[in-house]
Amino acid sequence: MDITRRDFTKFGCRVILGAAAGTAIIESIAMGGAQEGSSNKEYDWNEHYWGYIVDTHKCIGCGRCANACKLENHVPFDEPVYRTWIERYRITREGREETVKIDSPNAGIDGFTDDIPTEEIKKAFYVPKICNHCDNPPCVQVCPVGATYMTEDGVVLVDYEYCIGCRYCIQGCPYGARYFNMEKGTADKCTWCYHMITKGLLPACVQACPVGARKFGDLKDEESEVNKILDKERINVLKHDLGTKPKVYYVGLDREVR
Amino acid sequence: MTAENLIWGYIYPNEAEIQWSILIVLYPYITGLVAGAFIASSLYHVFGKQEIKPVARFALLTALAFLLVATAPLVTHLGNPLRGIEIMFTPHITSAMSGFGYIYSFYLIIVLLEIWLSFREDIVKNALKLKGWKKLMYSSLALFSYDISEKALHNDEKLARKLAIIGIPSAAFLHGYVGFIFGGIKANPWWSTPLMPIIFLMSAIVSGIALLILLYITASWLRKKALNYDTLFSLAHYLWIFLILDVVLELLEIVSMKYESLEEIAIIDRLLSEKIAFTFYGVQLTMGIFIPFVLLILVMIMKNREQLKTLMIAISSIFVVIGVFAMRWNIVIGGQEISKSLSGTMTYVPVFFSQEGVLPALIIMIAPFIILAVLTYILPPWKDMEADME
Repeated sequence: MDITRRDFTKFGCRVILGAAAGTAIIESIAMGGAQEGSSNKEYDWNEHYWGYIVDTHKCIGCGRCANACKLENHVPFDEPVYRTWIERYRITREGREETVKIDSPNAGIDGFTDDIPTEEIKKAFYVPKICNHCDNPPCVQVCPVGATYMTEDGVVLVDYEYCIGCRYCIQGCPYGARYFNMEKGTADKCTWCYHMITKGLLPACVQACPVGARKFGDLKDEESEVNKILDKERINVLKHDLGTKPKVYYVGLDREVR
Repeated sequence: MTAENLIWGYIYPNEAEIQWSILIVLYPYITGLVAGAFIASSLYHVFGKQEIKPVARFALLTALAFLLVATAPLVTHLGNPLRGIEIMFTPHITSAMSGFGYIYSFYLIIVLLEIWLSFREDIVKNALKLKGWKKLMYSSLALFSYDISEKALHNDEKLARKLAIIGIPSAAFLHGYVGFIFGGIKANPWWSTPLMPIIFLMSAIVSGIALLILLYITASWLRKKALNYDTLFSLAHYLWIFLILDVVLELLEIVSMKYESLEEIAIIDRLLSEKIAFTFYGVQLTMGIFIPFVLLILVMIMKNREQLKTLMIAISSIFVVIGVFAMRWNIVIGGQEISKSLSGTMTYVPVFFSQEGVLPALIIMIAPFIILAVLTYILPPWKDMEADME
């Protein structure tokens, strides 16, 4: 029997459409089970919108925050991967020439050492850094499969079961907040200790800070400490011109800060 | 090299590891060759340039050979390769990268159809003439339809032409979207520019034509057949034109950056003068563009001396394919060697034996040539090349 090209094409199209429909049905059944939100039944993510404050005037560069973060979130200590870190800025001046020296040895976990004589330093300060959980996150924008997303309460997270490990989000983050998790083969980053904040606790870094340089709170709560600071202080964010709308607000952000 | 030598200045702590390796340099290089070879083929199939006819079907086979390998560097690089298929199920459309699954599949279908339509007459003739497993193979390829009447062949040609017309923007898209993957990243000042898709496309066309020239010369030499100089010089001419477009865009990018002198200019200057000085000025610009440009002008001016001109065209083409690889390297690796702090640089050190190392890269680059050899065995395009020869 001589099959015409038309018949063959019709048959082929039917097979493909059938396979596609079948796949779609199976996928939606599989994904249907994943609609459940947080397993914590008392937490309603619509009631909160989280924000973070960093006061660089207060930070003493002790490194306890970065240490606590790695302990709490099982981030390997022997790999150069960090969810938060502290940068040290030292500005030396010779006449009118200023040199800015920035460093963050092991993210500041072990503290900092003096290798410039104090009398040569004109100005110095510490700047804690962390994922900014941007309201217009470029990392979410570039994820090819939608594995990274923002929750209703303003936290940017990674779905470790779905991420394919292409690392586009790591390239897309202007702040260097993301890293590649070798163990999982996925992208990873600060979660604002989501497992704790949904239970009314503070993130590990905020708890560990001995001087109150890091603050965390509910932007929807007008009486919260973060809102009071936002109303009172001169506030800035990192790389404002990129339009990412960070939710980590800095008090005392020097012009030299990268 | 100690760890200290690899890093200069201040980099964000997470930037100590370079994320995209030589495999990610290969992907745009391969799709560039595909797009370029296809567009060279379209010079005949769409624009009717008769001088290109001898290599038009050969160019399509080349495009297919490289297209079949294009997914390999991507899948090898993924942290979770088995989840890669999610790009087809849940493409996140704000991401340029999510286009990969559908753009690639669509374009693969177009190329397969183009090849099938332009080789169909040969396939059917073989199906009718041969015996045994070859008969089965060619019959399957013919989809068990043996109509090669004038009318049928005319219909083939009409459809092939329509496909080729769709194929050109598809090829542009296949490679242009890769340019946008980089060009749309505001976080990286070396990548972020609206010109990126066009720069990628121009260098893709250049690399595709150069590759086609080299393959044509090699195939003719291996088969001990004479070269069609009209074809060769015509390809060289198109190579020259697209080289001009390519260099104008690449230089425009640099000049524009230096002129506007934004905050990132200090680290970009350092990138160009220290990290990629040799691969940029030496390989990409001088070897990959300026030397071929001069050689090809000489070829166009010279009279007779076919053998010398062929040598000059071959050298230009070799330099171009190396130069375009350097261009991909300079963008992918160069962009990752500057810190987003704009205050430091890192160094990419390729490893030979590694999942993302030089060895898999070599395997991936050699594979298309083997595939092409198989394709030309099943679907020989050689009689096109001999058609005009005595």
